[in-house]
Amino acid sequence: MSEASYPKDLLYHQEHDWVRLDPAGEWATFGITWYAQDALGEVVFYDAPEVGSLLTKDESYAEIESVKAVSDVFAPMSGEVIEVNTSIADESGVINDDPYGDGWLVKVRLSSVDEKEQLMDSVAYQALLGQ
Amino acid sequence: MSSYTAATEQDIEEMLAAIGCESIDDLFEAIPDGVRFKGALDLPAGKPEQEVYAEFAELAARNTSADDEVSFLGAGMYDHYIPSLIDALLSRAEFLTPYTPYQPEVSQGGLQVMFEYQTAMSELTGLPVSNASLYEGPSAVGAAAYLAKLANGRPRHLVSRGVHPHSRETLQTLAVGYGTTVEEIPLKDGITDIEALKEMMGDDVGVVILQQPNFLGSVEDIRSLTAVAKEHDALVVASCDPIPLGILEPPGEMGVDVAVGEGQTLGNRLDFGGPSFGFFAAAQEHIRRMPGRIAGETRDVDGRRGWVLTLQTREQHIRREKATSNICTAQALNALAGVVYLGWLGKKGLVELGELLVRRTAYARDQLNQIEGVTALHEQPVVREFAVQLDAPVEEVIRICQSKGVNPGYAIGRDYPEFPNGLLVALTERRDKAQIDLLAKVLAEAVAQARVQTGAAA
Amino acid sequence: MSDMASAETAAQHAAGELGEEIIRPESPLGMTGETPQQRDAAVTIYEKSKPGRRAFFTPSTEVPEVPLSDLIPGQFLRSNPAKLPEVSEPELVRHYTRISKRNFDLDSGFYPLGSCTMKHNPRLHERVAALPGNSRLHPLQADSHAQGALELMWNLQEALGEIAGLPHVSLQPSAGSHGELAGVLLTKAYHEDRGDKRTKVLTPDTAHGTNPATVTMCGYEVVKVGTNADGGVDLDDLRAKADDQVACLMLTNPNTLGVFDGNIEEIASIVHGVGATLYYDGANLNAVMGISRPGDMGFDIVHFNLHKSFTQPHGGGGPGAGPIAVSERIEPYITRPQVIREQAGSGEEPRFVLDYDRPKSIGRLRGFQGNYGVFVRSYAYIRSLGAEGLRQASELAVLNANYLLARLKEEGVAEYLPVAFDRLCMHEFVLSGAPMKKELGIRTLDLAKRLLDHGYHPPTVYFPLLVEEALLIEPTETETKETLDLFADAVADILREAANDPTIAQSAPYSTPVRRLDEAAAAKTPVVRQPL
Repeated sequence: MSEASYPKDLLYHQEHDWVRLDPAGEWATFGITWYAQDALGEVVFYDAPEVGSLLTKDESYAEIESVKAVSDVFAPMSGEVIEVNTSIADESGVINDDPYGDGWLVKVRLSSVDEKEQLMDSVAYQALLGQ
Repeated sequence: MSSYTAATEQDIEEMLAAIGCESIDDLFEAIPDGVRFKGALDLPAGKPEQEVYAEFAELAARNTSADDEVSFLGAGMYDHYIPSLIDALLSRAEFLTPYTPYQPEVSQGGLQVMFEYQTAMSELTGLPVSNASLYEGPSAVGAAAYLAKLANGRPRHLVSRGVHPHSRETLQTLAVGYGTTVEEIPLKDGITDIEALKEMMGDDVGVVILQQPNFLGSVEDIRSLTAVAKEHDALVVASCDPIPLGILEPPGEMGVDVAVGEGQTLGNRLDFGGPSFGFFAAAQEHIRRMPGRIAGETRDVDGRRGWVLTLQTREQHIRREKATSNICTAQALNALAGVVYLGWLGKKGLVELGELLVRRTAYARDQLNQIEGVTALHEQPVVREFAVQLDAPVEEVIRICQSKGVNPGYAIGRDYPEFPNGLLVALTERRDKAQIDLLAKVLAEAVAQARVQTGAAA
Repeated sequence: MSDMASAETAAQHAAGELGEEIIRPESPLGMTGETPQQRDAAVTIYEKSKPGRRAFFTPSTEVPEVPLSDLIPGQFLRSNPAKLPEVSEPELVRHYTRISKRNFDLDSGFYPLGSCTMKHNPRLHERVAALPGNSRLHPLQADSHAQGALELMWNLQEALGEIAGLPHVSLQPSAGSHGELAGVLLTKAYHEDRGDKRTKVLTPDTAHGTNPATVTMCGYEVVKVGTNADGGVDLDDLRAKADDQVACLMLTNPNTLGVFDGNIEEIASIVHGVGATLYYDGANLNAVMGISRPGDMGFDIVHFNLHKSFTQPHGGGGPGAGPIAVSERIEPYITRPQVIREQAGSGEEPRFVLDYDRPKSIGRLRGFQGNYGVFVRSYAYIRSLGAEGLRQASELAVLNANYLLARLKEEGVAEYLPVAFDRLCMHEFVLSGAPMKKELGIRTLDLAKRLLDHGYHPPTVYFPLLVEEALLIEPTETETKETLDLFADAVADILREAANDPTIAQSAPYSTPVRRLDEAAAAKTPVVRQPL
């Protein structure tokens, strides 16, 4: 994805992760933002967590590698991993090309939905990047 | 100015002027007076090349090399014949003087050598992924233990007593940092005691480390030992002598996870123990945990085939504290010697060499076993090395043999107190039948003489 | 940067359609004599094999040709031979000679790789290393039959100890990072012997990656210490973080920014004040030999990179050696074996032995006694230069670096590649390519690739991490003023060219055996051996 984009329907974490909440509010999808994939460069490997593992907000749960860098991926909210995006293994570049769509990383059953209050909206996140 | 620098008085003047300093001393103003070294280092004055050469020739002359005696010393490093083309290729400036290939466009020679070397070691070990070398054998065993720690985090590491004493000691030293404990699997009749291993196994064992052939020269039943380890999902590491791998079943065919070893025997000098190289090959699932440099094939922007250092995110310069090892410098030049040597031996040559070694070693063991006061330490199949027990003080026997121009081998008593007068005898293709017969003769005389000197049999 | 117009221009540059603007050196990087077809044909030795060809002919067995399966049970034998190449000797020689010519090397050109000390490799060292008394000496030869080797090692120990200003030296570690491993394990042994369990090791944020990697391997936690505006250790940050849980501070001085930290005495005092050890990463020793000694600065443990300051050839990535020098309090823990000198009876020559009787030793980190072949070469260098030569080498290394810096601070370069710390440097300095990226649209990487076309190996790029778009330049003392001038001119040329047309550098190099390689593809789908 060549142009920076920060969809309005998502929530954002300061470590450059996004959250798409399921309307019922029980689970969510996580991924990394356009800024993060741009800083990393071409992604070559996604070291995913296992289904069933527990994530804690603000702690690292996975790693993404590019040729010259490794980045921790931080959990924007806490919960249990219910699904991992396995298609990334076949084509890791999807994280660069479609970070908010096919480049999603995990689906999580949330343990503390209230944590969403601590996240930023698209405007606030872009302001953070502007600094 | 010295031979190796070019700055004339005029150069220095011009450079200082451009910098804006009065003297060279001014360049060091940031160094506080308290740590400024005053006067001259207490070292002898420099000498011209001719005099340095003479000094070094004199020192070297006081060493008894494999040229000066018929040597059956082995125990990890072996006196194979190194073809002259290796000396010629290694002395090329393009191989000798560049740095690690960080700019691949101008390092394709080095990267292609790495790729060819990785292929050769993968073939030898039967494992799909090899790195481009580590320092040497025992530290490669230590690196394999670190991989096991990263892979499963289990606290107990088991190592056979048949693994080289230097490797076992290195594991113990590193375990202090890894936070693991290293336990020894005993030997029985010259090979790893599989029943003892079964007793020791558990779900807290992270890795079982074996050697093939083992330090006493025996061919181990790696397949069966590996099966025992796998019942508890432990990793298995085999430290191998590469030349015997030409005729022995490779570790990769037997479920071994990581094969490492000392590469000196492949085209590298004895050099009083180094530099040589260590090899490290692993099953595909471990590729992202492997230490060391790895060359990978790719294409350039115009579609040309080329090679690059790959999976660098494992390494210290990127991953830093989470790296798979701290290695920066490897042993590229020595690995080059290794791959050229394997190309020189060739597919058939390596096999023929192995067969020759097996036959000559069997012959040598038979001959020595017939000497009064000399007994084979075990009856296991051997490839290129075997151990005997002497009925006389081994140090004295060695001394007498050396005085007659033969070095009969390595006294293993310090490392294996259970074999106080044990002697490890190694063969290479340089030890022909006449030399083996000479060994038998000289050893017989030395043992007889040593027995007489110390009274009855020790 | 990747819009259609620049991609097209880049392609035109590559195809040579834009005329003499492009620097195409006549004999780029030792490629003399290779045709374009030869250049393109990266063929492996396996692909050149033909069944039946061979170089080695096995000597006759001479002993009885007993069937192999009588000697080794069939279940242990290989069913299929390893698929090694099948080639004749001339093919081997031609193959490796030809691919060697695809390497840039130090003998052929300027190699200002910061932190690597690419100084000239004298061939005398190869000659003495090849003496059979050295090269054909088995490591387990009896001490009495290896006196020349043991004396050489002992002399080297003494010399390195003098250079470091610390009394006890171990030659065992095989590389700088191996020396670091030894140093941190020695620190651990020292603390534990005193009954003091510590958990952390401090490293500056400018540290070479081997430092934190080593710390983790030794079971310690890495804590980073900040850098101040002058490029030295931030003393306030150090005071805040130095507590009784800290085992060690790992430093190099001068540091990776090429700056000598003048606060070193205070740093040593803070660290020793909490009972921690001070470790010196000797990668930058080339700046201070005979001028300042790490032992005098207060360091407890120092490692040397014999393949840096002491001319062991880099070999394309090793071998090297990383001996360490330690203070009195660390000595009991030093690795086994250690070369010692025993005074024999009166009137007799001293004897040199490998001493294993070291009850508090941390043990071993490798087999045998170290990379002796490297010791021979390094000791030959020390004997050739002597005290004065070593000091002079450092003086001229620092002079050359400051001169090159002065040239690169000239107008036309300085505004795009400002030096990160504007003070006199030591043996190396860091420039930042951030303004160049912003103003001219080319990155440090592009500058590096374009330098290849000018016949230079680029400096170190993107290290240290603290400096954006870093370019770490270390000329060493063995280069002439003319070389430095030409290099500075080349940098200025590239910047001028970029101001006109950034796409040239962005698609460089053009004149090397291969152009930019797809590293992402190599990492995504690693192909690390030839399929056979």
